[in-house]
Amino acid sequence: MKEFAYQRATAVHDALESVAENNTKFLAGGTNLVDLMKRGVETPARLIDVRALPLNGISEARNGDLVIGATTTNSETAAHPEIRRRYPALSQAVLAGASGQLRNMATTAGNLLQRTRCAYFADLASACNKRVPGSGCAAVEGEHHNHAILGTSPSCVATNPSDMAVAMMLFDAVVRYETLTGKGEIPIARFFRPVGDTPNVETTLPTGALITSVTLPRRAEGRRSRYRKVRERASYAFANVSVAADLTVRLGKVREVRIALGGVASHPWRARIAEERLLGGPATPERFRAAAEAELAAATPLPHNGYKVPLARNLVQAVLTDLTRQE
Amino acid sequence: MTDATRSEISLKVNGKTHRLNVDNRRSLLDALREDTKHAGPKKGCDFGQCGACTVLLDGKRVVSCLTLAVAADGSQVTTVEGLAADDDLRPVQEAFLRLDGFQCGFCTPGQLCSAVGVLAEHRAGWPSAVTSDVSPDHRCRLDAEEVRERMSGNLCRCGAYPSIVRAVLDAAEREEVKR
Repeated sequence: MKEFAYQRATAVHDALESVAENNTKFLAGGTNLVDLMKRGVETPARLIDVRALPLNGISEARNGDLVIGATTTNSETAAHPEIRRRYPALSQAVLAGASGQLRNMATTAGNLLQRTRCAYFADLASACNKRVPGSGCAAVEGEHHNHAILGTSPSCVATNPSDMAVAMMLFDAVVRYETLTGKGEIPIARFFRPVGDTPNVETTLPTGALITSVTLPRRAEGRRSRYRKVRERASYAFANVSVAADLTVRLGKVREVRIALGGVASHPWRARIAEERLLGGPATPERFRAAAEAELAAATPLPHNGYKVPLARNLVQAVLTDLTRQE
Repeated sequence: MTDATRSEISLKVNGKTHRLNVDNRRSLLDALREDTKHAGPKKGCDFGQCGACTVLLDGKRVVSCLTLAVAADGSQVTTVEGLAADDDLRPVQEAFLRLDGFQCGFCTPGQLCSAVGVLAEHRAGWPSAVTSDVSPDHRCRLDAEEVRERMSGNLCRCGAYPSIVRAVLDAAEREEVKR
């Protein structure tokens, strides 16, 4: 690991001033950043520890939105009564990620900004456009059984590893941040950038910005939602495919539906084509399957990850069917 | 002039305060093993994947290999050496002995610290990924499936898992009776 200076920020403004300096990064839980520093992928000259900032905790805004502070740990988010009551898919998604130890360390903002677990990204000897722009992509011709099938580009086929972000995509969360020039917010649907030919630029967060919170729009108590993850081990593994869904059925018809997929793209994938197909129509397993197929029609699987197409289709069908049974 | 890449830190390990001058790169695991001489936490993978380095940091189980020592400045750390007061073993330690919850023992310090964390998290009402209903009105009971899920961050290459699960469940029941 390269040597670095360390500072603990006590005010947001100080943190923002510090991070404006060359090659300085924010440190929160460290579960991803410290890992990447050990591997030489990240080589900051200075770390600004943001965990002493007053950005911790979950509170309800006056309009009923739920505000999750940036440094709230994943464990705190998953265990929070209001998250469990109103946004159960978010609690389930967070619990499906990492291990108990890592969830006690990892934070909301850090989870959103975590990097891909593509093995070539973590290996300095391999070509990777995300790590070294223009160097190529070793995964396209290499080991890619767990890589992306939707929204890929020839420059990068890596997936976003977050479970939490898939549920936040489902609930139309809003990411709030501060920069030295003021405050801003980004709806999560616009937070992650399409890959294009710049896979190294992953989000639309302005340079030098500090995420301060993530807001979940107001939602009635007791509304069903569900997160289901398929992986290669029973626990403690990244998703092959995951599905977060929210479904309201009245008189056999789909009144509201939201679907988000994980493990299939460079960012959590909102299945808007499937949602549009389903809205107003009969809530039947056959329709769920057809809607998932319509969403996946644009899939561009590689030689070793074609299994994700039927897996995603079946998982969408299963989760939606399950939600109709719970109604 | 002070070197910006080193820091003066204070760690309270198992109740005793240690003042250290550490390279900012030092992991909490290395600080414990090399500086404060607590060899309980083990270096298995050093990348947060095996759980052998698990300690309690301000009461919460964490992997000490991905925790920077400098970032833990001012914290209280409990290693396996500090779980029991003298020979008065915790229920989970006693259960590991009685039910043979280990083979070679390398992962055991991490398993024990993690198990103490698991029991506290369950007492606090935290659900897990296998909890059928995450609603706060639903009280989740610890069973073998729950223990396997909650302990999944601790690998055991001997494969002593069946006995580890039994020991954690046994400790959970004893603690339940005590209360």
